[in-house]
Amino acid sequence: MGRRVVITGIGIYSCIGKNIKEVTKSLMDGRSGIGYDPERKEMGYRSALTGILDIPNLKGDLSRRQRVSLAEEAIYAYVSTKEALDSAKIDDNFLDNNIIGMIFGNDSSAKAVMESIDKIRIKKDTTLLGSGSIFQSMNSTVTMNLSTIFRIKGINFTISAACSSGGHSIGTAYNLIKSGMQDTIICGGAQEVNPYAFGSFDGLGVFSINENEPEKASKPFDKERDGLIPSGGAATLILESLDSALERKAPILAEVIGYGFSSNGKHISAPDVDGQVRSIDMALKNAGVNPAEIDYINAHATSTPLGDECEAAAIYSIFKAFNTPVSSTKSMTGHECWMSGASEIVYSVIMMQNNFIAPNINFNKADESLSKINIIAKPFKKELNTIMSNSFGFGGTNSNLIIKKYES
Amino acid sequence: MNLNEISKITNEVLVEEFEVEEGLIIGKANFRETLDLDSLDYVDLVVFVEENFGVKLTAEDFQAVVTFDDFYNLIFIKINE
Repeated sequence: MGRRVVITGIGIYSCIGKNIKEVTKSLMDGRSGIGYDPERKEMGYRSALTGILDIPNLKGDLSRRQRVSLAEEAIYAYVSTKEALDSAKIDDNFLDNNIIGMIFGNDSSAKAVMESIDKIRIKKDTTLLGSGSIFQSMNSTVTMNLSTIFRIKGINFTISAACSSGGHSIGTAYNLIKSGMQDTIICGGAQEVNPYAFGSFDGLGVFSINENEPEKASKPFDKERDGLIPSGGAATLILESLDSALERKAPILAEVIGYGFSSNGKHISAPDVDGQVRSIDMALKNAGVNPAEIDYINAHATSTPLGDECEAAAIYSIFKAFNTPVSSTKSMTGHECWMSGASEIVYSVIMMQNNFIAPNINFNKADESLSKINIIAKPFKKELNTIMSNSFGFGGTNSNLIIKKYES
Repeated sequence: MNLNEISKITNEVLVEEFEVEEGLIIGKANFRETLDLDSLDYVDLVVFVEENFGVKLTAEDFQAVVTFDDFYNLIFIKINE
């Protein structure tokens, strides 16, 4: 059985808002954060579409020593983590006097790597990379930096699992707290947003080329969908044992009740219905809920022809009798990749707290294979007690999380 | 480049990038203690000198640096080697 695990804080920095308040409004309004980046076209990208977000300037917030080691995605993660800690009412005193853990999903730090290699080629001297390069270049840049900034004393590592990285980070944190090994874990996902990060992904020809209408280009489940749009930022959640949350009178935003996972064991990039179904089934069993109890599914759906069709089939095979509402927030955010499994739990918590389903914007017409699932195209008022979120990644790594409105 | 020019450029960078209070930068003050330098900071000082003065310092070069004046002199000597 294990201990109950609750979410006591959330923070977000994404292309649809720089904090929870802004993102809540965007989700309610169905606002897209997608735009056109001319630099990508100059670099030879097939598609210049991307989530648009500024890199925050942390001068004044952090010392030079702390700042020089932060890669782009770690900067985003610092901002989202600050917001999550504030929301959880965790202060410096609590950080210094408790064994808190940190797990983030991240699977690249391409810009930092590229810039260091370029400099080595020009300067022919590795010292001239500066002291921060190594700490920016590693996949664990988020956890290695934030764990020192926030004086973390518990679990401390990064999970690299492609587009399921963020989901697995929450699932792993959930299990560590449930088992009693940790009381509180700062977890989430981060994703760099720059032309170096996505060149090889663009090269696969899976990005939307609807460049004339960036805000309408991400159209998960729509018949005219022509590919995903890369995006990013960072999302942070504070997971905590219920006992710990009650003891310190923390705000309880939701409860994590289930985690499921699977590996397809087949093609490196093609999705697989069987693998997804096994992950969903495991999450439902782990949560001890029936499919009928799921009020809403936040789909992984990225807007690729094959991926969305496969996910729709997996959802239909389990939820067909219940016409469960489904939407993909990637219609607004684009594909936040390593961050998405975490950001979509943040979006789900926001929907749960505000009793609405964020729309799957740009959904006009389903093709035959998708018409069997209940896609929510407009903002929809609904009380949401239990939500499932899907994340499926390259290499066939699948992650499912189920959260529930907290009841004492 | 003379010593005055070297110290002016150096101090500007130390204030802006290394976030040292301008008033603490005094020629006879202890360089390492004033800047609160650790081993990683010395790597960044090497980068700063190379980018601004076009010369390369080594770890051994810093052994003789005690004051800010020592640091300006070190750069001056390197430039004129």
